[in-house]
Amino acid sequence: MQAHDEMDYSKKLDLSLWKRLLGIAKPYHKHLWWIMITMAICAACDVIFPLLTGYAIDHFIANQTTMGLGGFVAVYMAVLLVQVASIYTFLLLSGKTEVGVCYTIRSLGFKKLQELPFSYYDRMPVGYLLSRMTTDTQRLADTIGWSLLDLVWGVIFLVMCSIQMFILRWQLAAVIVLVLPPLALISMYFQRKILAAYREVRKTNSRITSAFNEGIMGARTTKTLVREEANFGEFQELTTRMKKYSVRSATLSAVFLPIVVSLGSLATAYAIYKGGLEVMAVPQIITLGTLQVFVNYTIQFFQPVREIARIFAELQSAQAAAERVLTLLSTEPDIQDTEKVVALYGDNFHPNKENWPELLGDIRFEDVSFQYTDGEKVLEHFNLHVKAGESIALVGETGSGKSTIVNLLCRFYEPTEGRILIDGVDYRERSLLWLQSHLGYVLQQPHMFSGTIRDNIRYGKPEATEDEVIRAAKLANADPFITKLPKGYDTPVGEGGSLLSSGEKQLISFARAILVDPALFILDEATSSVDTHSEALIQQAITGILRGRTSFMIAHRLSTVRKADRIIVIEDGKIIEEGSHDQLIVKQGHYYQLYTSQFQDEQGQAVLRGE
Amino acid sequence: MKKGLQALLALVRENWALYISATLATFITVAVGFAIPLVLSETVDVVLGEAPSAMPEWLKDLVAARGGRAFIRENYWLVPLAVVLFNLISGVFSYIKERNTALAGENIAKNLREKIYRKLSYLSFGYHAKAETGDLIQRSTSDVDTVRRFLSTQLVEAFRSIVMTVIAFWVLFDRDAQTALYSVMLIPAMFTASYVFFKRITKNFQLSDASEGKMSAVLQENLTGVRVVRAFGMQQKEVEKFDAASRDFQAKTYRLLKNLAVYWGSADFLTMLQIMITLLVCVWKAIAGEMTVGTLIVFTSYISMLVYPIRQLGRILSDAGKSLVALGRINDILHEPAEEEEEGALKPPLDRDIVFDHVTFGYDQGQPVLDDLCMTIPAGRTVALLGNTGSGKSSLVHLLQRLYAPTSGTITIGGVDIQKIDRKHLRAHVGLMLQEPFLYGRSIYENLSIAMPGASENQVKNMSRIAMADGFITEFEKGYDTLIGERGITLSGGQRQRIAIARTLLKDNDILIFDDSLSAVDMQTDQLIRRQLRQHKKDVTTIIISHRVSTLCEADLIVVLENGKLSDEGTHEELIQRPGLYQQIFAIQSALEDDIQKSREAVAKEGC
Repeated sequence: MQAHDEMDYSKKLDLSLWKRLLGIAKPYHKHLWWIMITMAICAACDVIFPLLTGYAIDHFIANQTTMGLGGFVAVYMAVLLVQVASIYTFLLLSGKTEVGVCYTIRSLGFKKLQELPFSYYDRMPVGYLLSRMTTDTQRLADTIGWSLLDLVWGVIFLVMCSIQMFILRWQLAAVIVLVLPPLALISMYFQRKILAAYREVRKTNSRITSAFNEGIMGARTTKTLVREEANFGEFQELTTRMKKYSVRSATLSAVFLPIVVSLGSLATAYAIYKGGLEVMAVPQIITLGTLQVFVNYTIQFFQPVREIARIFAELQSAQAAAERVLTLLSTEPDIQDTEKVVALYGDNFHPNKENWPELLGDIRFEDVSFQYTDGEKVLEHFNLHVKAGESIALVGETGSGKSTIVNLLCRFYEPTEGRILIDGVDYRERSLLWLQSHLGYVLQQPHMFSGTIRDNIRYGKPEATEDEVIRAAKLANADPFITKLPKGYDTPVGEGGSLLSSGEKQLISFARAILVDPALFILDEATSSVDTHSEALIQQAITGILRGRTSFMIAHRLSTVRKADRIIVIEDGKIIEEGSHDQLIVKQGHYYQLYTSQFQDEQGQAVLRGE
Repeated sequence: MKKGLQALLALVRENWALYISATLATFITVAVGFAIPLVLSETVDVVLGEAPSAMPEWLKDLVAARGGRAFIRENYWLVPLAVVLFNLISGVFSYIKERNTALAGENIAKNLREKIYRKLSYLSFGYHAKAETGDLIQRSTSDVDTVRRFLSTQLVEAFRSIVMTVIAFWVLFDRDAQTALYSVMLIPAMFTASYVFFKRITKNFQLSDASEGKMSAVLQENLTGVRVVRAFGMQQKEVEKFDAASRDFQAKTYRLLKNLAVYWGSADFLTMLQIMITLLVCVWKAIAGEMTVGTLIVFTSYISMLVYPIRQLGRILSDAGKSLVALGRINDILHEPAEEEEEGALKPPLDRDIVFDHVTFGYDQGQPVLDDLCMTIPAGRTVALLGNTGSGKSSLVHLLQRLYAPTSGTITIGGVDIQKIDRKHLRAHVGLMLQEPFLYGRSIYENLSIAMPGASENQVKNMSRIAMADGFITEFEKGYDTLIGERGITLSGGQRQRIAIARTLLKDNDILIFDDSLSAVDMQTDQLIRRQLRQHKKDVTTIIISHRVSTLCEADLIVVLENGKLSDEGTHEELIQRPGLYQQIFAIQSALEDDIQKSREAVAKEGC
């Protein structure tokens, strides 16, 4: 999993990457142009203000006249208003661009995530995907919306400022601009160092967070093992490291600013010296006002240089985020419907339901082999025929391959060799959505979506009527507990269903599956995390629900399994026993072992609960 | 509020030397920085022009002694040299200020983090049983960061703004009181506006944050529920749902940014207006001959230098409340009572009889979980505990590690009250395995040796074999080096329990306690583990909580607990003779035989 570590790229700036991103931001190109224009206006105003002061000194004060003062005030006020207006405009537009680009990238990413196969989800932890879609995306949008703006301002201000100085007195300007290259080099050097130190700070910070997380979650275990001091010692290493890098980063900034200012003051000093001499010269070569303009410009000089250096450094570090996001956007799903299939049955987002054939539920695994992308072989030459309406229980240890069989059946994965026929046709000749729309799927850890109980029941069929919802809930034995709740079907389930017990969640997920009236039913260890009371309710419901449907059950609780038409015991990807519960018990093989030991466990726990 | 302020001051006081030197450095850097416009002013007025000097007397005397204006004009290079020097001096002190405050802030942060972590480690078992992880994490990380930011940058910035304001006012009023008043006329408004605005905008920030939280929740639910989404073919609906959340976040954030744009726009307007007013008043006075160009430069420079920090000051003050709240939340943790080191605690040998003498125990003030319990666990023997749900069997073993203390009565080991025994000594020699053990986010090997860091590889693997963990561990590609947790593999419940058993066995135990810690291990493996334990740890007093007859019947003594009271004790042979919980458990065996018999009959019938 090393590949998921937040990699740091110290590569050169990759312009093609940013070009692709700007391509994604296309709807906002008009905004970007306006941002640059208003930024340029803003920079121009910054250049004009010192000129106005200079004019006031040379004209009004030197001549001791108020002639034209009204006009001066009007011009000053006008420049001021233009600048305020352009500041307001670019703030607004940059904000709009930032949130817009963010939204666009997220929409694309989310859609992509809906298409990527499970093999992708196996490789990528949810946390990793989450941060691609949240922090990384935010970072990119910030860069496009704001960094660009600062860059434009910095460059335009520098250029205009220099031009103006050359116009006023090129002999002075020519020497003053010499300070720019070293200023730029030093700034680049420091900004990079600061950023590198800051990156260490962030990394250490996230390690501190996980240390706290472990410290809190594992507090009780730590206590029983008397690990407090050892853990604290390790934690201290982290905080020491954190302090070291934080102080380093702060120190670098603390050195950087004075150096830049002092270097800039060399330009100011030259302007004062040479300019002053030229003012003192008889006849005067430049006016006092002009001198004032030069001094003013040189004082402001270092600011844009620093900004430009900062943005280049930031672009380099945001590049890592850009690469990660673009990789997500350009990943091609390896389970996809062929063009022919899409043309006939539609894609995941636009199905042609009128062309869909009925799904009867006759399933055949033909010589199916499967291995994960990391090379681990799970199934080899697996054969199984299930008649429509038959219920199958898969039994076996963790890693035996029973989950893989179900995943292949649902086409969450596809066989690496062999084929799977549904109603006699290779399922790759039908669309993914066709198969998956006919599935009723109940998981061991029932997954709830935030919203009400009703929302969750009709998740797979949002257009279901109230009657249908209640009928499904009754079939799943969920109706009694729901109607006992003060808000009934309108009860919110909380984030991840946290307001319900796991038994209640399981009953709701049964109702959800029943509502879509699936031809194929998959119960993935659906009763193992449920208390006995709910289990009894579910048992009752299952018998009714499964009648007439093809079903696959993976179960730890053998009380669920024993009702299946056929029990299949899997070991290392092969069927080692097959038959009804009674047959397998009489056989006294693997299933018998499992059953007897579980019988005692389940009954024992029931006795202790006082049942 | 007052308490928070005191706590904040206490933190500052710990780093008083750094803060005092930073304060001095701030004064110097501001004062020297403010001297630069004065140099320019003198140059323009006295050196280039012919106005009288506005310098203090001693400086005037100094210059006059050298030859006055003529001297400076001849050695004009002195002026730019002064500018560069002042910048350098101001820079050096600015560096000292920045570095010292960063150091102080980081010292405080490091200290707080360590104090919190240590405190969390020593908070009672009961505290952690009820704690909300998310909230605690937030207090330990983002709250600490809020305090750090305030103490390392904001506090000093605020102080610098105030120093600047005071010095600027002093100089400006001294030069021209009337103009000075005009120059600061908008400053109170700017300060108030920024203070009020940032107080108010908090709500906008919260709305945007909440909306982002909702969007993330939709995203997370989609990612974790990917199977359900696909199985119901709901991709299109999910896209719509996410789109709505994402749009809402976009709208809320945009509203926030729009408000900020309005604020920054108007704040900039006020700022520039103030600079303009200053300039115009100065120009007006200069035309009238009441002010020199040099003084004009001083006024405009000072005001430009002043307005931005003043705007920040309002913001910092409006944020200060947050730091106090954060510090309060941190102190909540630090003030929780924790397990303390005890003076003169005993470290007796623990391979002795354990005696419960009228022990009563309850969580909080509620119903007692253990009620007047008297029993003896003989040294070196294996005792099984059987009890119905809520009978207090877990609490009983938790008491043995002093994770809780009895409400009344005493527990003695070898005649010594365990409340007098050193906690660490007790826990080091009593191996308690929890039903749901926590594994650390490291390699399997590190997890195994976590309680005995010096253990040899041989010892580690031996214990892992006894706990029947070696088999599945060596099947992993990376074997013992396999990482556990988020960045590694996920283990099944049974595998986790076996690793937890192995790591406890590695300790030097006089007493071993299995708190239903084989529950997720299948029966055959359970039996194998216990057989190995009998071979390798036969002298260790062992307490096993279980409901498995096969486990219970092998114990030297079976203790039956019902609703906190001892309801029966004896050997397997004795207890099956008496009606009670044990008999009921034992009856399952015959129920199973009946069940199998039924299957036989069914198959036989089919066969006919």
